[in-house]
Order: sequence, then C-alpha cells, then structure tokens
Amino acid sequence: MLRFIAGRLALIPLMLLGVSAVVFAMLRLGRGDPALDYLRLSQIPPTDAAIAKARVLLGLDRPLVEQYLTWLWDAVRLDFGVSYATRRPVLDEFLYYLPATLQLAAVALVVTLAVSLPLGIWAARHPDKLPDQIVRGIAFIGVSMPNFWLGFLLVMVFSVWLGLLPPLGKGGVEHMLMPVLAVSLMSLSINARMLRTSMLEAGGQRHVLYARLRGLSDGNVTRHHILRNALLPIVTATGMHIGELIGGTLVVENIFGWPGLGRYAVSAIYNRDFPVLQCFVLLMTLIFVLCNLVIDILYAWLDPRIRMFAERSR
Amino acid sequence: MSMENTLLAPVLAAPRRRGVWQVRIAVAIVALLALFIVAAPFIAPHDPDLVDLAAKLQGPSAAHWLGTDHLGRDMLTRLIYATRISLGSVAIILLLVLALGIIVGGASGFIGGRFDRIVMRFCDVFLTFPTFVLAMFMIGVLGIGMVNVIAAVVLSHWAWYARIVRGLVLSMRERDYIAAAEIAGAGRVRIFTEHIMPGVLAQLLVLATLDIGHMMMHVAGLSFLGLGVAAPTPEWGVMINDARQFVWTQPLLVLWPGMMILISVMAFNRLGDALRDRLDPAFRIEHC
Repeated sequence: MLRFIAGRLALIPLMLLGVSAVVFAMLRLGRGDPALDYLRLSQIPPTDAAIAKARVLLGLDRPLVEQYLTWLWDAVRLDFGVSYATRRPVLDEFLYYLPATLQLAAVALVVTLAVSLPLGIWAARHPDKLPDQIVRGIAFIGVSMPNFWLGFLLVMVFSVWLGLLPPLGKGGVEHMLMPVLAVSLMSLSINARMLRTSMLEAGGQRHVLYARLRGLSDGNVTRHHILRNALLPIVTATGMHIGELIGGTLVVENIFGWPGLGRYAVSAIYNRDFPVLQCFVLLMTLIFVLCNLVIDILYAWLDPRIRMFAERSR
Repeated sequence: MSMENTLLAPVLAAPRRRGVWQVRIAVAIVALLALFIVAAPFIAPHDPDLVDLAAKLQGPSAAHWLGTDHLGRDMLTRLIYATRISLGSVAIILLLVLALGIIVGGASGFIGGRFDRIVMRFCDVFLTFPTFVLAMFMIGVLGIGMVNVIAAVVLSHWAWYARIVRGLVLSMRERDYIAAAEIAGAGRVRIFTEHIMPGVLAQLLVLATLDIGHMMMHVAGLSFLGLGVAAPTPEWGVMINDARQFVWTQPLLVLWPGMMILISVMAFNRLGDALRDRLDPAFRIEHC
C-alpha cells in the first residue's frame, strides 16, 4: 500500500510540470505581447524604444526555455506577482477567496454522497418497482437541470414565494442549503443512477447467489457481497464529480452572492488580469490533482486487485 | 429478496426497451429544435431585437405568448432565435471535438508504440485540469466572445474523446475479423477506414449524443457568466443572466430560457440512452 501511494505521489510533479507547460504556452500564444500589456498598465506610450526597454525588463529577449524556467520557478514558489486590477499580491487575494469556494464544494460533495448512496441502494433493492421509478425520475431530471437555473428556481420558491431562506450571502446553514443543492444535484443524480446499475450487476454474480444459498440474510448479502463491489465505480466517478462540483460552485456562487473564487475569476477574465488567471488555473488544478490522489488511494484500499496489479507491474 | 428474484437478477439488470413514447417525444423535440435553427425567421412571431419600452416586462398575452423582457422584446421570438447560438455552438463544439478525438485518438491507437505513449501523455496533461476551470482560463486568455467559448470548451474536452477513441480502436484491433482482413491482404489504411472506424463511429455516436446535454450546460454556464455572446444576441444562458434582476417581479423571464435548456438536454439524454440500448447493450461509459 505504501509503495502504491509513493508511486502515485511521484507522478504528481510530472503531471504538474505538463500542466505548467500548457498554461505557459497558452499565456504566450493567446495574450499577445506581454510588453504591450505592461506598458498599457504602466500608462507609458508604446513607442518602439519603450517596447524594447520593456521587453528587456520583462526578460522577453531571453530564449523561450529560459523564460519558461524563470516563470516556473516563480510559480513553484507561489509567487504569482501582483494583480493588474488591484495592485495587490495575487496569492493573498486568491487565498482570501478560496476557503468559501472550498467550503461550498466540500459540503456539496458530502451531500452528493450522503444522498445518492441511499437513493441508489433503495432503487436497486426494488428494481422496476415504485422506489426505482422515483429514483430514476429524479435522476433523469437531475442530470438535465442546469445548476445555475436550479439556483434561481430555488430562490423563487424558498425566498420569493415562501420567504424561508435568505437569497444572498454567507452565514449559517440557511445560507448554504440552496447553493449546495444547486451545485450537487447533477452529481447526485449521476451517482444514484450509477450505483443502481452497478448494484444490479453485482447482484447477478455467482458469489452473491452462493451467499444467498448459504442462507445469509438479505441485508448481509447487500452490505458485504453486493455493495462492496458496486461501490468501486462510484469511487472512480467521485474523482470526476469533484471537477464538476468545482465548476458548478464557480457558477452558482454568482447567483447567491457567495464570496468565493467564482466572482473573483469572472472579474479577472473581464479585466484580462493575467497574473490572477494563471494563479487561478494552476492552484485549482493542484487542488484537483490532490483530491484525485486521495480518490486513487481510497480506490486501491477498497480494491486489492488494483493495488496488487500496480505493485506487480513495477 | 426471494430465491426467484436472485436467479432473475441478471435478466432484470439487462437493459429492456422501455418508454418508446418517451423516445418519440425526444425525437419530436429534437426535430422541433432543428426547425428553430433552420427556420427561426419564418416561425418567430416578432423581430428578436425590436425594442418596445412601452411594452416592457409584460406577462403572457395574445400578442406576446410568453410575455416581453425588460426592453419589451418578445420572449418567444428570442427563445426561438436563441436556439441557433445555444445549440449551434454545441454542434460546432461536438464536430470539432469528435474530429480531434478521431484523428488524435485514432492515430494513437492504430499506430501504437512510442507514438501512442507520447500522445497519451499529452492527453493526460489536458485531463489533469478540472474542465470548467481550464475553459475559464482559456476564455480569460483569448478574450470574451462566443467563438472563444467554443474554442475553450473544445480545448478542455478533446482529450477525453481522444482517450475514448484510442480505447475503442485498441479493442477493435483485437477482433477476429481484423485478423481475417489482414490475412486477406488488406492494407493498413483500408483496415483502419473500412474495418475499424465503422465500429468506433457507432459507439462514438452514442457517446456524443449522451454528451450533448453536458456540453450545452457547459456553454450555457459560461455564457450565463457573461463570457459568451455580446448584448443584443439572444442565447439561453445570457437570457437567464439578463432576467436575474427580475426574479422578484417577473420570474417567468428566468423560467422560460431555463425550461428550453432543461427540455433540450432531457431530449438529447433520452435519445442517447435509447441509442445506447439499441446499438450496444453492453457498452456503458458514465463520463463527465
């Protein structure tokens, strides 16, 4: 197990190196001449002499590889420079907004798992009966519902119509209910449907039949012989859901005035605030990679076959 | 669960043809949306950009079936015209993603060896990013606009397709009929285009149909954030954003465009499910 974890950890720097190369290439290809940006923001007229001076100052006259390495070294030290818009260090601003986003996404993940697992099990234990049809119906609508629109629907019902929940801001549990539901409904639906399918599949295997023939109780069979196998695809899917939950959070924050990275990133896009954008993409990817590392480890822990295969292929 | 149920479990787990009427409705909805795209000027009752401030924020009436927005423009007309951008952009995205996926993934799987390993590492890098974050970053670098939204969604999704196409090509290569074609003396190009690609395309079609809804929501989400089309052009995501300040006074304005997204996504998802059950019952990929 330790060797498995070590192997995965060793991969992460390589992945991040690739990520940084893509980000650097896009910044260089997409944004035009950084020297012009610099002059525009410093309010210096872009004469030829000024451009040439700025290029030397920014190191743009160096070979591209050297520029990349300098940039990478700054990024590794988490030095992303100052925001064009606010003139404050980007990292400080990012870390100021990050906790709210992580909080929303994390609660949404917990809700996704806490709701989808019972729903999926309930549906799979009564295939094609009423519970199954209810769950399938919810899941079908859930995967088709745009998260931001669901946010507005919830505001209409619970704030405008019933006056029960506050439509904006961050505070207690009552502020979290609607954003969390809006963010998590889609992953929740996909999970419930997937668990239902994989439980029905696992239930058809011979070791389950054998367990039943041994006279084990229904609950016992479900817990120990069906669920353990059926949960594996859910663990893999959770890795993907984390990406979707982060994306959903960034959108939904804009509806509920949630003080997270969503609005910060959107305003950076409007301002073409490149230091903020590169910090945003690099650190969010880092967080995503770390989440997936946890998922991988969990998967290997749950499924000895993966662990052994990874160790043998070494 | 009784003994009979246990023995029947594999049968129950197998996909059955259910809800034919649902599929028929889904086909009808998709046909209607296609009609909206092609013939919007002939179907729509009004001019989508005609501002009439005297008639702003009206409820449904005989003249304006779904009411008017904050500038007095006819909602129904704008919803119909918006189909062009909202669905048209998704169509372009899908075509580009499929083309890239087939070229890169197909070449990678078919050529194999070191080339395959290098290409797959390159794909892995793109798969490392959370897709929505990558798309936002790209729009930030490229600038705001629908073309850039399309580029961003394509660049953040193509690697998934390349990976899947490669997997499909590899599994096809192992089939007996490919060996038979090789023995019969077919060339590599011929084997690829005539024996491998048809099977790959059938499964890709299913996957792409199931993914249309997902792509639509990606695009709508980005344009809801104001990163897509510019002001007067109607698009469902933007229309929701325009209407958000009237959530308290005229909630119907938020309701309609979202309804269009919901119904279209449901139709495409149902269609994709039906295609999957039909073409290959054993083929199941849940992917995001």
